[in-house]
Amino acid sequence: MNKRTLEENIFKILMMISISLVVGSLIIIVALVIINGAPALSLDLLTQTSSGEFYLGAGGGGILNAIVGSLLLALPATGLACLIGIAIALYLQKDFIHSWLAGFIRFSLDILWGIPSIIYGVFCFLIMIYLGMSASVMFGIIALTLLEIPIITRYMDESIKLVPIGLKEGAYSLGSTKFETAVKVVPRQALPGILAGILLGLGRGIGDAASILFTAGFTNRIPSSIYDSTAALPTMIFQLSTSSLPVVRQKASATALVLLIIVFTISILSRTLSKRYMKHVIK
Amino acid sequence: MNRRKLRDFLGTKLMLVVTVAVSLLFFSIFFLLLFKSLLIFEQHSLTEILFSSSWNPGFNQFGLYPIIVGTILVTGIALIIAVPISILSAVYIAEYAPKKVRKVIRPFIDVLAGVPSVVYGLCALLFLVPFVKDVVAPWFGIETTGYCILTASITLAIMVFPIIISLCVESFHAIPLSLREASLSVGATKWETVKKVIFRASAPSVISAVFLGFGRAFGETIAVNMVVGGITRTPSTLFSPGQTLASLIVSAYSDMMSSPLYESALMMVALILFIVVLLFNIFGIFVLRRANKRWNV
Amino acid sequence: MSTESRIQIETKNLNVSFHDHVVLQNIDIKIPAKKLTAIIGPSGCGKTTLLKSFNRLLEIQDDVKIAGQILVDGKNILRPHLDVPDIRKKMGLLSQKPYPLPMSIRDNVAYGLRIHSNKNKDEIEKTVEHCLQEVGLWNEVKGRLHDPASQLSVGQQQRLCLARAIAVEPEVVLCDEPTSALDPLAAQQIEKLLLKLKKDYTVVLVTHTLRQAKRVADYVIFLYFGMVIEQGPADIFFNNPKNPETKAYLSGEIS
Ligand SMILES: Nc1ncnc2c1ncn2[C@@H]1O[C@H](COP(=O)(O)OP(=O)(O)OP(=O)(O)O)[C@@H](O)[C@H]1O
Ligand SMILES: [Mg+2]
Repeated sequence: MNKRTLEENIFKILMMISISLVVGSLIIIVALVIINGAPALSLDLLTQTSSGEFYLGAGGGGILNAIVGSLLLALPATGLACLIGIAIALYLQKDFIHSWLAGFIRFSLDILWGIPSIIYGVFCFLIMIYLGMSASVMFGIIALTLLEIPIITRYMDESIKLVPIGLKEGAYSLGSTKFETAVKVVPRQALPGILAGILLGLGRGIGDAASILFTAGFTNRIPSSIYDSTAALPTMIFQLSTSSLPVVRQKASATALVLLIIVFTISILSRTLSKRYMKHVIK
Repeated sequence: MNRRKLRDFLGTKLMLVVTVAVSLLFFSIFFLLLFKSLLIFEQHSLTEILFSSSWNPGFNQFGLYPIIVGTILVTGIALIIAVPISILSAVYIAEYAPKKVRKVIRPFIDVLAGVPSVVYGLCALLFLVPFVKDVVAPWFGIETTGYCILTASITLAIMVFPIIISLCVESFHAIPLSLREASLSVGATKWETVKKVIFRASAPSVISAVFLGFGRAFGETIAVNMVVGGITRTPSTLFSPGQTLASLIVSAYSDMMSSPLYESALMMVALILFIVVLLFNIFGIFVLRRANKRWNV
Repeated sequence: MSTESRIQIETKNLNVSFHDHVVLQNIDIKIPAKKLTAIIGPSGCGKTTLLKSFNRLLEIQDDVKIAGQILVDGKNILRPHLDVPDIRKKMGLLSQKPYPLPMSIRDNVAYGLRIHSNKNKDEIEKTVEHCLQEVGLWNEVKGRLHDPASQLSVGQQQRLCLARAIAVEPEVVLCDEPTSALDPLAAQQIEKLLLKLKKDYTVVLVTHTLRQAKRVADYVIFLYFGMVIEQGPADIFFNNPKNPETKAYLSGEIS
């Protein structure tokens, strides 16, 4: 074997090791969560709210408050981010603004995308303190909305960019205004990408802990208004995992299992839904 | 007809307002954090904050040196682990893997990217902490609790795998086939083509992927907080506990309201985090845009 | 062309450039009403650009400069503060590749009606049927009006686009090589429809096939490198061209 093929073979081996490490770590993560969490997963865990003993040992309720809390935070946040995102993404078309300005806005969205979620948490926390309010569903929603806006907007924007100009010309030559074209025609064509963006944002929002830790607070009850604080799945996992008791850590794993199931469902949904809504898309 | 015009006018203006508001969000965050950290700068000089090694808010000491060292170590080691593994994996996926394997692995990577960071933290807690404590450290003859710089780095490395891999795979795919053919037809092997053509042509995208991965690792909060140890002492070895900027904010937030100065110090930590991530992201995005122009994608 | 025929579209010294690259130069043309006018010329000479300037579609692109006048029914449509959608409503467009709207077959035709009129459901239903019958599509699609338009064949899509255009009762129908993406049979159908349409509408047809222009045109405009070389009634244009370049083009020497 000459030097050239030797080098190639060495690197091939290194590549195989690398890819095994990557794939292996994912498998280990999922396996860890399932092995540790599944035994603790019970109907009680899913249907009861937590109480003081819950964090101290066996019994003491479940994580219903966190499940409900996560939905109460992530769904409205995604809805808001989606409204804001679609408005921006449609506005970024060259029908409305010059492309260099659109380029600048895209750039700032890309930067916002990269900002750590803890910063959004701190930002909303400061506003909350300034308003003299305390951690609540409302501020959790605001923090998650801010976190999701860049993701959802850029995703929508990329799929709206691909709408053929001929299609817009078709709508215009029927006498539609820019706004009508943007609202009635463009989103239908870009629907698969828009949906994928929304679901990606939802997945990101429902899994984020750092942004809601100070803004949504933590409580054992199911919140009764948007001014109440609330638990959520990620913050629940964070709380439970700091315990040194194995029983409580099992509950953390069970909660993580619930969260993973939700996140994976969203990602599978995203694939299937975008396929389904392809039917109106003009190729 | 008039109602139609009014709706158009209002709708368009609303889109404009939303767009402007979100574009300004970034400045609002920056100036609010800056404004909030002014207090600490009034009482302590920047050099003192950056280079003093005693962090003791109760005694009015706000030296960030141990935390900055901790952050650099955690992020740096995470990247040292993640970058070669990710790039090699990306080369495998893009150039070597049979089509069937590629079809399975890419969604797999996407799934990995979607796992919430708190779950990474939990798994690190369940597996990595005891592993480092009972297997890795004894091997070096060191004693540790397992809550240490190394554990946090490995956790972060796994978290940035999918980011770097998917960006790299994308950039490898963007290279025109003709370039590959040109190299292969002068008798280069596949690996030589990868090394001399693919790497060179996609270098900007790969660099940008690394920078974006860095931004993610640098700002990661929860997962690091769960395993890094949370002790604000300058770490002496990789097996020492430490603290990072992002993780400090979470650890300290419950006492944050105790004094305005403390709050200001934490806001300054957030500001540093913001600025560093910002610079790296700007750089990463710029390099990527230049690269995209080159290939007209 | 009979002398009493009204002029529907007239351009005066029209100049168009993209990013400082001049595409149309000093265009002075007259397009008669209720006739079929063909715009011919080699590829890249600016036919599409000229056509799109008539319904102000150019301006949705970046860096377009338009100077001069375009008179439609004697009024300059380039003057500021005009209701652009209203101008476009007067001018239907049939593009080279059909772009049905991403909605059902029925909604494609109903889309313009809903925007422009307060017709109730039954009236809309009737107009949709009428327009689809006009273009000979009704029998083919009446059972599946609610299916996505994307499922139709390309030829059907092109006829749907025509139905959609006439549903908003335009005065002019602008066609940009509407048959070039179609198979010969579908192309023939469209051609026949255009001949039928010119009784009620002013039809402007961009085409690169001389034979098609000969078959259907009443009036011809010959563009070459962004300039009008010759224009006039079809019989004179084809049988007795004045300009040497026109002669060369007609004989196939330049293409
Ligand atoms: N958006 C644009 N930006 C820059 N240049 C353009 C743009 N659209 C058209 N052009 C240029 O204008 C010239 C005329 O284009 P146009 O599409 O009008 O030609 P055409 O006669 O319709 O050609 P074809 O027969 O190939 O359709 C071409 O040189 C083209 O490159
Ligand atoms: Mg053309």
